Amino acid sequence: MRRIYLDYAATTPIDPRVLKTMTPYLRSVFGNPSSLHYEGIQAKNAIEQARQKVAQLIAAKPEEIIFTSGGTESNNFALKGIFYQFPRGEYQIITSSIEHHAILEPCKFLESLGCKVIYLPVDKDGLVNPEDVRKNLTSQTILVSIMHANNEMGAIQPIEEIGKIISEFKQKNNKSYPYFHTDAVQTAGHLPINVNDLGVDLLSMSAHKLYGPKGIGALYLKKGVKIKPFMHGGEQENNLRASTENVPAIVGFGKAAELAKENLEKEMKYLTGLRDDLINQLLNKIKNSQLNGHSVKRLPNNINVSIGGIEGEAMLVSLDLKGIACSTGSACSSNILKPSHVMMALGLEPEIAHGSLRFTLGRFTRKSEIDLTVKNLLPIVERLRKISPLKVI
Amino acid sequence: MFEQNPQLIDHFLHPRNVGKMENPDGLGHVGNPMCGDVMDLYIRVKDNKIIEAKFQTYGCAAAVASTSVLTELIIGKTIEEALEISHKKILDVLGQVPANKNHCTFLAEQALKLAIEDFQKKQK
Ligand SMILES: Cc1ncc(COP(=O)(O)O)c(C=O)c1O
Ligand code: FES
Repeated sequence: MRRIYLDYAATTPIDPRVLKTMTPYLRSVFGNPSSLHYEGIQAKNAIEQARQKVAQLIAAKPEEIIFTSGGTESNNFALKGIFYQFPRGEYQIITSSIEHHAILEPCKFLESLGCKVIYLPVDKDGLVNPEDVRKNLTSQTILVSIMHANNEMGAIQPIEEIGKIISEFKQKNNKSYPYFHTDAVQTAGHLPINVNDLGVDLLSMSAHKLYGPKGIGALYLKKGVKIKPFMHGGEQENNLRASTENVPAIVGFGKAAELAKENLEKEMKYLTGLRDDLINQLLNKIKNSQLNGHSVKRLPNNINVSIGGIEGEAMLVSLDLKGIACSTGSACSSNILKPSHVMMALGLEPEIAHGSLRFTLGRFTRKSEIDLTVKNLLPIVERLRKISPLKVI
Repeated sequence: MFEQNPQLIDHFLHPRNVGKMENPDGLGHVGNPMCGDVMDLYIRVKDNKIIEAKFQTYGCAAAVASTSVLTELIIGKTIEEALEISHKKILDVLGQVPANKNHCTFLAEQALKLAIEDFQKKQK
């Protein structure tokens, strides 16, 4: 069966051009970038070229890019690295209730160390209100971390506005902090990013969300911002992240960033068209269905709908059996019997939250696949509603 | 997810005895939408034997399949025999399910216990 993959937010397939660029570094160019000989210099040059490309993707300087093992590490590095930079004392971090676990869990950990964490709510469209950031800023706030766009329901957050508020606060109080971090794992390579315009000091990225390899990511750290190293050991990454660099993965990340930048506008336009087509078809053809997340301030590839009366995982499994891969925000996809924290943060009724389906499109998605998905989903909804005791009005 | 388990797929895609029952002799209602699962099990009893069973389930694939299997297991059984049927019996028919899916079969067992309780209450 030919599969239809509509789960690009979970991970993307590697672009063949990325793979091709990586191959020599898995074979003949094997040197350690720290070595002083020819083999080492070749590897070193390769990672510096990749660094440049990754920096260009977000309008940063190459020396502001630190390679990490992925989005999770970049987030952990940002939160803990900033916290540890401060002497013992009473501090506060402001974040949101819809962050990825790779932010929420480090925050919980920092709470266990005595740091206060404020989790800002979102409105029904999934947006953080920048004024909430302003209201919560105090002299103890060391860091604000708000994701650029949400991975589940795609809402794009007002990062620029929040950046301005933080910058005003710093000026008024004549302070160098709070620092501003954004988890851009879902947006790097998908939305235009200029770190200066966004006003962020730190930004997380992950290569496997932009057609690069898994297990490689980066943290943007604005020049002059001090952070405690995450891994202690050798002097790699400017003494901030020890361990011999994953050269092939870094090279792949660089190529992926270059391709993403080249095709950004075109891809956004293409995906937005497909996205709105799928949203319209689903909402028009399935009664008692709704879109989750803002309809316009939304990732170009994200469709998240709740379908009344049916649990998401049952739909997911049915679609999977038809060769279609998607995801759900229903608890039953994990061990905990709770709808996802993001769906609940939208203020949805639990059964609406459990009935959510997420389709995320990508570079290789075709219009015919959108139509086939709708065609397959309709009878599934009908069948599952027949089985369900919940009334659908 | 369940590609390796044809029994489970079969009962999920083609569940037996789906639907509501008018004036059932016993109704077992378990779960709640907050947890992502709701089951209604209806039984009709004649001469102490379950002669008909129907169900409606809101929940994951394993939950649907478990209730379907359950109805097949209990039809034709006496009340005493039906009370012996545990979630293990359902698993025996369904085959391997992922560990986090065990509670779905538990729910089905609970629905049965409640339906029988309801029946017995009505008898008094
Ligand atoms: C918003 C967000 N942050 C962080 C991560 C984690 O990234 P990684 O898988 O590279 O650790 C993900 C990926 O699931 C994500 O979507
Ligand atoms: S009904 Fe929730 S996991 Fe089965």
